[in-house]
Amino acid sequence: MFGSIDPLLLLASLMVAATPILLAAIGELVVERSGVLNLGVEGMMITGSIVGFIAAITTGSPWLGFIAAALSGAAISLLFGILTQYLMSNQVATGLALTLFGLGLAALLGQGYLGVKAPAFPDWHIPLLGDIPVIGPIIFQHDPMVYVGLAIVAGVWWFLKKTRAGLVLRAVGENHEAAHALGYHVVRTRLLAIMFGGACAGLGGAYLSIVRVPTYADSLTAGAGWIALAIVVFASWKPGRLLLGAYLFGGVTVLQLNLQAAGVQFPVILLALSLIAVGVAGLISLWRKDRLKSLGSAVSVALVAGGTICIPLLSGKMAPLKVEYLSMSPYIATILVLVIMSASGAPGSLGKIFHASR
Amino acid sequence: MLRRTLLASAAATAMLGGVAMADGHEPTKVGFVFVGPVGDGGWTYEHNQGRLAVEEAFGDQVETVFVESVPEGPDAERVMTQMALEGADLIFTTSFGYMDPTINVAANFPDVRFEHATGYKQADNVSVYSARFYEGRAVQGHIAGQITESNIIGYIASFPIPEVIRGINSAYIHALEVNPDVEFKIIWAYTWFDPAKEAEAAAVLIEQGADVILQHTDSTAPQAAAQAAGNVYTFGQASDMSEFGPMPRVSSIIDDWAPYYIARTQAVMDGTWESTSTWDGIGAGMVGIGEISDAIPAEVKASAEAMVARLASGEYHAFTGPINKQDGSVWLAEGETASDYGDDGLAGMAFYVEGLTAEIPQ
Repeated sequence: MFGSIDPLLLLASLMVAATPILLAAIGELVVERSGVLNLGVEGMMITGSIVGFIAAITTGSPWLGFIAAALSGAAISLLFGILTQYLMSNQVATGLALTLFGLGLAALLGQGYLGVKAPAFPDWHIPLLGDIPVIGPIIFQHDPMVYVGLAIVAGVWWFLKKTRAGLVLRAVGENHEAAHALGYHVVRTRLLAIMFGGACAGLGGAYLSIVRVPTYADSLTAGAGWIALAIVVFASWKPGRLLLGAYLFGGVTVLQLNLQAAGVQFPVILLALSLIAVGVAGLISLWRKDRLKSLGSAVSVALVAGGTICIPLLSGKMAPLKVEYLSMSPYIATILVLVIMSASGAPGSLGKIFHASR
Repeated sequence: MLRRTLLASAAATAMLGGVAMADGHEPTKVGFVFVGPVGDGGWTYEHNQGRLAVEEAFGDQVETVFVESVPEGPDAERVMTQMALEGADLIFTTSFGYMDPTINVAANFPDVRFEHATGYKQADNVSVYSARFYEGRAVQGHIAGQITESNIIGYIASFPIPEVIRGINSAYIHALEVNPDVEFKIIWAYTWFDPAKEAEAAAVLIEQGADVILQHTDSTAPQAAAQAAGNVYTFGQASDMSEFGPMPRVSSIIDDWAPYYIARTQAVMDGTWESTSTWDGIGAGMVGIGEISDAIPAEVKASAEAMVARLASGEYHAFTGPINKQDGSVWLAEGETASDYGDDGLAGMAFYVEGLTAEIPQ
């Protein structure tokens, strides 16, 4: 049924395709958990992509490139931090401005680097693990940054869940006045979170220019930063779900390209089944959270019912999937899950301006 | 109504500006609307080279302005209107998707001249110009069909418009001519420029066995992906992309807009500008074939160069019958060549030729 698609290669490329979004999203997750909404992810990513690229070219070392990308992302995010935390500017407007600024800055810095190729960044063939049949090629034969991304996600999970500093960060995000009253440094905590977010976004951008593409061109990120923002909401601000979201998005992106290239005749019934699957998954997650009354459960039930009704009508029918639907599928999947998970669990002080005098 | 009046008076102001220009005091202002960033290394890069050539040729007599990464939609009208209001005398809109916006804005500014690239709608103050890229595609297909070992050629397409479909058909016909077993795998990226997506698409095609990648998107990302894969050949798109030669890039289609842009700017200065339809190919120099590298066998290179010469002289037309449409009906009879316009003409081509297995997205 899948023609010339190799499922192993598909799963392996999924991890690579998801990595830039994963990196940017995990940084933004920490920022938002501290109560700050930074919409400048795209700008920080593109800055990281060009600065990292320049550093990698001039030093010949991709690793130094990644370090420079993280530093530049943190530096440009500090601009956002000072404006929003000390000068108390509007976070949404400042974030958007940061995106525009980053895009312009990157285009300026990138003038002399168009068409230049990045130094090679070879894949790791992890000994022993990489030799396991099936799982080895899928999980253990990637470039090191894929694992750095996973390590950061695990680290953030541990930090937020298990450490005192993580607890302080969450307290600042949930209720900055209470945290302030307890004597925690709201602004300092937020600045550190913002810089961490910038560094991660920079890494994500550099992953595109040094590993994934690997060359620099203007507007290289092409909207990846916005997807990262959506995935943070999708994940309801939890690192584990964030990983799921990034891989889901990366997976659907790669799958749709594969289906196109293979010219697959797709049984329509699979579509109905996948609707049901998404609906059931939504219901289960809502049931576990004891939030069955929300809009999400209505959508989930509708999906299950719709899918079930469609099965007898569609069984046995084959149709070439229209390319338009394939192209929009990553975004549709993201929207569907956003609706089902119904964006609950946002940090209480998200996007609110804090001043100690109030 | 108020908007109309405003625009009309703005147009009058622009016209006054034009009069002042004729005195020789004001430089001629030439605007460019670009679909991608000028640093894309491909399509927009070459249009910008044309803009720089205009500046070089006329010096102080000309002032150029450009806006890059303009989406193909209503926003394009805003950008064009702004340019016209700021006194542009001549505006080049350089992507297919600007066709209707150009016509709309041109109707509001009868004294500003517009030049729309790759479209087919003209007006008294709107010229159209394009290059016969399909001639270059014929050469690519001719080379690709001979150098492929897997007999699978990957094609990264952008949008299902006549321009792109012509390219696929032309490449396929000429690949099939030299290799009856050849198969095309086509991915529609639905973007002119998205390096990450283009890299992804190239990687997918390579995973599915393609060892030659043709691209109708503008970035160099597919070239880099092919290079990383090793034994995969590519062709430069719109720009030479010679930094990826001699492997994977074995040749290229180069757009050379500079002579046309200079000539049209001159026409505006002289007051001889008229609405025209220009469609030039290899012969007129608007389409260049980048140097064919030595990474491919000498006899393939020689026959490709011979084909370039025959296309340039007009001795050979890239669409010469017999050619059937995908459904098996006759398109061109033996020896017949495709006409530019009219039913089944090249300008509005919306069908695949026989042998391609995919379907054109509607």
